[in-house]
Formats: sequence, C-alpha cells, structure tokens
Amino acid sequence: MYASGQDHTMLVQAHDSVFAQSEKNEGKAEGKFNAGEMIMEHVVDNHEWHVAEIGSLHLTIPLPIILLYDGKLYTFCSSRFHNETHSYDGFKLESEGPHKGKIVRVEENGSAVYDFSITKIVFAILLSSFLLILIFVSVARAYTRNRNKAPSGLQSMLEPLIIFIRDDIAKSSIGEKKYEKFMPFLLTIFFFIFFNNLFGLIPFFPGGANVTGNIAVTLVMAVFTFIITTINGNKHYWVDIINTPGVPWWLKFPVPLMPVVEIIGIITKPFVLMIRLFANITAGHIIVLGFISLIFIFGEMNAAIGYGVSVFSVAFMIFMNLLELLVAFIQAYVFTLLSALYFGLATIEPEHH
Amino acid sequence: MELITPGLGLIFWMTLAFLFLLFILGKFAWAPILLMLKERETSIHEALNSANQAREEMKQLKFSNEQLLQDAKNERDALLNDARKVRDRIIEEARIKAGEEASRIVEGAKASINNEKMAAMTELKNQIAESSLTLAKFILKRELSDPKKQEEYVQELLKEFKLN
Repeated sequence: MYASGQDHTMLVQAHDSVFAQSEKNEGKAEGKFNAGEMIMEHVVDNHEWHVAEIGSLHLTIPLPIILLYDGKLYTFCSSRFHNETHSYDGFKLESEGPHKGKIVRVEENGSAVYDFSITKIVFAILLSSFLLILIFVSVARAYTRNRNKAPSGLQSMLEPLIIFIRDDIAKSSIGEKKYEKFMPFLLTIFFFIFFNNLFGLIPFFPGGANVTGNIAVTLVMAVFTFIITTINGNKHYWVDIINTPGVPWWLKFPVPLMPVVEIIGIITKPFVLMIRLFANITAGHIIVLGFISLIFIFGEMNAAIGYGVSVFSVAFMIFMNLLELLVAFIQAYVFTLLSALYFGLATIEPEHH
Repeated sequence: MELITPGLGLIFWMTLAFLFLLFILGKFAWAPILLMLKERETSIHEALNSANQAREEMKQLKFSNEQLLQDAKNERDALLNDARKVRDRIIEEARIKAGEEASRIVEGAKASINNEKMAAMTELKNQIAESSLTLAKFILKRELSDPKKQEEYVQELLKEFKLN
C-alpha cells in the first residue's frame, strides 16, 4: 500500500495526475487514475495515517509497528518502511499483489508474521475510546453535581439517547426485571458504534478512519453480543433450542433437523450483526468515494467534463453524507436493539399457561 | 489489507480497547448516570404524587370548610328564627296581659265610681229629706195664719236653704 511516490490523499493525487500529468513517477509508471485502488485504500486499514498531501509533501502520521515473529517481538515505527525496498529489519510491507498492505518476512522460513501493529483503525479506536470516556465521565460528573436537577449542557444532549436506549431498547426487549444487567454493554456498544460512524464521516484527521466498516471491529462486537447471550442463556433458552416448541416431532427425532437449525441460528445471529454493520458503513464510504472518483475519471478525459461532473458528484456526495448521518444512527440503533433482543430471548422466563 | 478478512492484530486491539471501554464507562459513567436518572425519576414521581395528594387534601379541606360555614349559617338562621319567635311570643303575651290589666283597672274604677255615686245620691236624698223636714218644722213653727207672711217666710227659708 505504501509507496512513497504513489501514496496519496485522493484529491491531491488526482489533481497531480489530471493537471500535472504525474510529475513524480518514481519507479512505477502511474498514468491512469485507478478508482478501485483509491477506494480500497480509503476503506481498509493502513499502517500509517495519511493526513494530507501538499504538492509532493506527504503529511502522514507514522504509527507503531508491533510484530510477533518466531516467538520474538519486533517494534519499530512505520516510517522505517519509507525506502526503495519498503523493508526494514527483515520485514517487508507489500506494496502490490494480493497481500498489499500486509507485512511479510523478506526471507520466508515458514513461520507466520503476527501483526499487532497500532494501525490507523486501532489508533482511531483508541482515540474514540478516549473521547468517549472523556465525554461520558464528565457527563456522569454533571449528573452527580446536578443531583435531582434538570440536565444541562452536554448532559441534556446525551440524556435523551441514554433514556431512549434504556426505555425503548433495553426495557422493551429484555423486560423490566433483567434489563439493568445489560445496560452498560448496550450503552457502550451504542455510543461506540454511533460515535465511530460519525467520526468515519469526517473526511479528514482525526475522523475518516473506517472503524465500524472494518470487519474485525464488527466481529469483536458481535462476538461480545454472542458471549453475553450465551452465558446469560437460561434453562428455558437452551431447552427451546434443543427441543423447539411448536414444531412437529419428526423434525426433531430421527434426524435432529430443528436442533441443528437452531444451533446454527445461535451463530448466524451475531454473524448477521457483524455483516450488517460492516456492509452498511463500508458501502456508504464506497459510494461517497465513488462519486469523488467519478470527477477524476471524467477529468482524465477532459478537464471541462471533470468540472461539469464535479457539480453533480458533489451534490450526490452531500446527499450521501446526509444519508450516512441517518445510517450512522440507524446502524448503531439496530446493532444495539438486536443485541438487546438476543439478550431478551436468552433471559426470558417461560410463560405459564 | 483485505476488506473482508478480519486482521488478527485489529481483533486483539479492538477486544482490549472495548473491554477497557466497557469497564471504565460501566464503572465511572453508566453506573452513576443510570443511578442518578433513576433517582431523579423517583423523586419527580414522588413530588408529583405528593402534589396530587396535597391538591386532593386541599379540596377536601375546602369542602369541609364550606360545610362548616354552611352549618354555621344554618345554625345562626335557626337561632335567629327561634329568637324572633320568642320575641313575638313575649310581646304577644305582654300585650294580652296589659290589656287584661287595663280592663281590670277600668272595671275597678267603674265599680268604685258607681259606688261613690250611689253613696252621694243616698246622702243627697237623706239631706233633702232632712232639709225638707227642717223647713217644714220651721214653717209649721211660724205663723201659719197669715198666708202672705207664710209665703214670705217660705221665700226667706228657701233663700236660706241652699242645696249644698
């Protein structure tokens, strides 16, 4: 992914290729604007944070590389890869091919390189976690200070959301009796997703990292939901899975078809949570980036067409961004609501007929 | 870095960060926030309840006050009525009594006047009779021969005799 001459913030790079006809081709001839490559670069993770590119000056924040190889820990700065061979200390940052952006050993001896680097997304997660802690701990202070008084400031902005999660998500899905246990998780997951969704919409540093559109991030959150559902599942929950009520016996007895389906269902529920959030956010980013790409694709044909198309592209981008604002909230809401529903299903008491 | 293959490092860091976030926010943010929200809701609920109760009590109090006032008015009216009746009766009785007394006095006066009159008449009659007798005695004593002198004498006597 990184190549000192062709690592770009899209706008500046595209301008270079359109108007300056690539003055800075080093090593690799770069003629055409590659929309797919540009979009992928912005959607996936990265070992450094590219902030801006002014002329040939790259403003990047180098991030720490942490590698585990052959039982040994290697740590160095990602800017060490800024050289002709993109390699340092026997490790190489692949700049092309199917493993582009991955760190591999130069002389392979069979053992894998485990990459625990603080990448762009890890950095964004830590940053947003820090901000979330800052915001909510100060809000909690406001609550203790304004004990039994009307909320004020940030507190009054966030209170409706907190009450919404408590009353309309937790209470209605889990029930009055048991909802309290799940509140910390539901609130954390809602605000983490919502916050990172919004942050992902900001096109420049410190936003712009596609955190909630990264499958590893959504995977971890879905696994949390899965674990909490599983360890809180009561007898009724498991009995219903093994012996689903209201299903003909021949679907259960000789061949345990329904139990198998139900057990698959336990897995598919969090799996769907993972895919939904990832796909929605990534798709939104890809569409916005696609509209930007259109400007440069047309611009390469003719500068005037590029300018003409930019009007429509920008209009659509604004529309998409507004839509994404809505999606940011809806996806956070849906993830939280479905998690709460799964918790509710796991903890529901059998009805007495 | 591929789009749909979750990276190991990212999973590791995300798990760590999320657990940390969950712990810190759960302990220092959600717990106090939820507690305070609940506390505030309870206090608002209680305040509303007690306000309602106070209103109800006020209503009750007002009602009983009105009742009391009405009762007092009724009692006053009854008392006034009674007093008026008593007064009327007393006046009536007094009038009747006075009338009786007056007629009794008049009767008494009439009776005594009558008695006096009768006594006076009797005395007058007696005096007249006595005087007549005395006159007759005097006449008879004086010369009865001369009629003229007789007449003169009678006249003289009569002059002397005055009905006293």
